[in-house]
Amino acid sequence: MNRTREERLAAMLAQTPYMTFLGMTAELAGDEMTAILPFAPHLVGNVTIPALHGGVIGAFLEMTALCQLAVREPLRRQPKTIDVTIEYLRPGRAQTIYARADVRKIGRRIANVHVEAWQDHRASPVAALRGHFLLSVSDDDEAAPS
Amino acid sequence: MSFDLDALAQIGARMAQGTPQAAALNFRLVSVGAEGAAMAVPWRAELVGDPDTGVMAGGVITTLLDHVCGLSVSCAVIAGGGGIMEYGMATLDLRIDYMRPAEPRREVIALARCYKLTRSIAFVRASAFEDDESNPVATAQAAFAFTGPRPAAPGVAGGAA
Repeated sequence: MNRTREERLAAMLAQTPYMTFLGMTAELAGDEMTAILPFAPHLVGNVTIPALHGGVIGAFLEMTALCQLAVREPLRRQPKTIDVTIEYLRPGRAQTIYARADVRKIGRRIANVHVEAWQDHRASPVAALRGHFLLSVSDDDEAAPS
Repeated sequence: MSFDLDALAQIGARMAQGTPQAAALNFRLVSVGAEGAAMAVPWRAELVGDPDTGVMAGGVITTLLDHVCGLSVSCAVIAGGGGIMEYGMATLDLRIDYMRPAEPRREVIALARCYKLTRSIAFVRASAFEDDESNPVATAQAAFAFTGPRPAAPGVAGGAA
């Protein structure tokens, strides 16, 4: 099962129901991935502004981290999120939001990933996430830490 | 201590149904009170994050926690005599620790308590679980900033300080 990074990313997006629920897609330029979440009415948290739900932005950043890990190397199972810290910098407006993830450290079991999301200007990020993810390194490597 | 029960019920209903994302996730209001707020998200197939296990995506829990944290701030403001906030507040940061996967095909409840309100900031802790708060799926800590003036003096939900 030697799939290319394009195939791994496509499989992750297609096989994760929640990513379909959000409506997220991603593009690859070599090993650089940009995740894209087109605006949709069901993503709104505040109808008066209107603004994307903060939880949706956080979720999109987390899903971007998972996709980046799949792009980076073949994974037996989807990584499990250990913790995330989400910083909200600007309101997410009712338009497409983009994100890029940076795998800062990948060990045998744990990866540290930073993600940043923006809309009109990459230099004016909407939100950022830092998180740790548990990698399944073998078939008998079970679940989240208990 | 007295607080506006109608306002609490009103804000609870508004948060459960008046937000498109909450409606899309079928959020259900569990409780609102001066001491905190709880909401639940029912499991359904399209919210699954890991198709191998059927476990709901972390992002759904993130949204539930963010949402119920915000509701708990509104509750704390009402409990402090502030009435319903007609202006906004913004999440500054949200930290979530995932202790274990949620059980597939089960509703997840999130319970949030705003433990400190200042003039401009609210501090909240929350946890998510199926039926036992002492066995959480995830815990969260969040800070919110008020984006407009609040109508009443700051206080702490539950009375102290």
